[in-house]
Amino acid sequence: MTSAIAVKCVTGKKSNLAKEALLEMYRRMVMIRKFEETVYDVYSRGTMPGLAHLYTGMEAVAVGVCSNLKATDNITSTHRGHGHLLAKGGKPNRMFAELLGKAAGYNRGKGGSMHIVDMSLGILGANGIVAGGMGIGAGAALSAKVLHEDRVSVIFFGDGALNEGLFYETANMASLWKLPVVYVMENNTYGEYTSTERSTAGNGPDRAEAMKIPAVSVDGNDILAVYEAARWAIDQARAGKGPGFIECHTYRWRGHHMGDQGDTYGYRSQAEIETWMKKDPIPRFGHQLQTENLIDAAGLAAIDDEVQKLITEAVEFAKEAPYPDPSEIYEHVYP
Amino acid sequence: MSTLERIGTIREAINEALHEEMQRDPTVILMGEDVGLAGGVFKVTDGLLKAFGPERVFDTPIAEAGIVGLAVGAAMTGLRPIAEIMFCDFTTLASDQIVNQAAKLPYMTAGQTKVPMVVRTAMGAGRRAAAQHSQSLQAWYCHIPGLKVVMPSTPADAKGLLISAIRDDSPVVFMEDKMMYNQKGPIPNGDYTIPLGKVRVHREGRHAVVICTSSMLYPTLEAAETLSKAGIEVMVIDPRTLSPLDTEPLIQAAKEMGHVLIVDEGYRSFGVTAEIAARIQEDAFDYLDEPVRRLGALDVPVPFAPSLEDLTIPNAAQIVELVKEMLA
Repeated sequence: MTSAIAVKCVTGKKSNLAKEALLEMYRRMVMIRKFEETVYDVYSRGTMPGLAHLYTGMEAVAVGVCSNLKATDNITSTHRGHGHLLAKGGKPNRMFAELLGKAAGYNRGKGGSMHIVDMSLGILGANGIVAGGMGIGAGAALSAKVLHEDRVSVIFFGDGALNEGLFYETANMASLWKLPVVYVMENNTYGEYTSTERSTAGNGPDRAEAMKIPAVSVDGNDILAVYEAARWAIDQARAGKGPGFIECHTYRWRGHHMGDQGDTYGYRSQAEIETWMKKDPIPRFGHQLQTENLIDAAGLAAIDDEVQKLITEAVEFAKEAPYPDPSEIYEHVYP
Repeated sequence: MSTLERIGTIREAINEALHEEMQRDPTVILMGEDVGLAGGVFKVTDGLLKAFGPERVFDTPIAEAGIVGLAVGAAMTGLRPIAEIMFCDFTTLASDQIVNQAAKLPYMTAGQTKVPMVVRTAMGAGRRAAAQHSQSLQAWYCHIPGLKVVMPSTPADAKGLLISAIRDDSPVVFMEDKMMYNQKGPIPNGDYTIPLGKVRVHREGRHAVVICTSSMLYPTLEAAETLSKAGIEVMVIDPRTLSPLDTEPLIQAAKEMGHVLIVDEGYRSFGVTAEIAARIQEDAFDYLDEPVRRLGALDVPVPFAPSLEDLTIPNAAQIVELVKEMLA
């Protein structure tokens, strides 16, 4: 068996990804998939309150980007944030507890699916406001610059957020002041129930380049393509050259949220969903790893089993955890 | 006047607070439209760029949501940003950042993050600037749990409250009446702080209490002088911090005086005067000789013509008349 894969960067420079790193990337993708499909299952049984926006099908983006980050780097996430959090090291048990509104959750049940934060991992939060992470992420990059700290901010956002004004206000400053920001646009084809085609004049990379932010567009279901694009942007941000922009073309298999199933909103066809499911990023990467002789089918199955066990335990932990005590209601309004 | 203070304007007091806090704490930064090179549209931030450099004083683009948005992220990750929004009317452009991000994050994250930032903004009518440069939107921000709202009325309070606001771990909306920047008074030297959430009694009284905010202090004090000559002694209290409100001394004063007037330059409807009146009537009802009275801005967009604009702002004559009516 070999021990690495040589991947070509957008700059043409080659780098070697070690076997351990590659297998961990695969494992994280599987973790996100199993986490989200478990959320789907638990939600469908009526045992989860509120809303959930699933990341299924988009795993290569979060993992491809976050595999380049240090623990001290920051990310901001979106309403569809479970994948980003897991990719940055979030713990499935505390995440699941938060989804169920339990005191053992990351936010002690005060945030839920759209607001999970782990400051110790540099996760500045999922956000319920579309483009909500734009200010926070650029602000974290500003503090890194002022305090001379080696921290890059990755801002994950969807194609829908591309049309929010806050992107332009903050990206302009990030570019002007050469802040260490990496914009990761997840173009999953739809903003809620409206296609990017119907919502967006032009495209993300062109808009970024108008603000002198270099931009690339990659196949978001190809984890190594995402990894390399992110490496380029993160490296240049870390080197003080300012922000970069990556558009990742991908697709969410599930609806905008759990209430968007089947033909409820009639905005996409089953045939389209099935076409994208055939481009599943996980077996695609698994196949690559096997082709390169880094692992065999039994090895991949073992990863699958290990992660399944972890997720099952996370759900059990969450289900058994207590709800927050009513006495906590006024805690944390003010520090 | 002691040698421990000097006479100066509110503008100078705020400028001094900013200088001293930036000197004391390297994590304090200042950002906003024209706050650096130009020294601020009201010249409040004059000299700070020269003293602390472009690494800590940022002339931003005209992008209010972006300014406050960056401040929120910076505050979560080690800085204490002071974001100036030139006119309080423009905070509406940044209200998502103030209301949905800054105010919510400490609570939603169960205290995992703090958002220690100050939004300084100029409010108030009287400058012939019409409806989009004259509002007093304090009630908007008082309505949101997680925010603190501070409105100084004197140079000493401006300095002491601003220093406390900068050191506070919550997001603070610090509202400066633009017509008061030249108001003079003593400014204590050095490290002078006033705890947020504490009223200041400006005048003791016997017959009625007038609770007034920000620039409304001055017509109130003028009215109190006039009334005193007529034998009516009114107590004058400035809450200074509207949220969280130091309710207890207001209740106590209401109980002792039995007659209460509240004066605030925000709109009268659903405003600060309404909230304070409600609290007093809830807790001091049996002690009141009559309903709590209120004076606020007229419920109209602030008009341009001086003859119209002046009608919208409470004045000393109205206060005198109303207090006499209350005691009649």
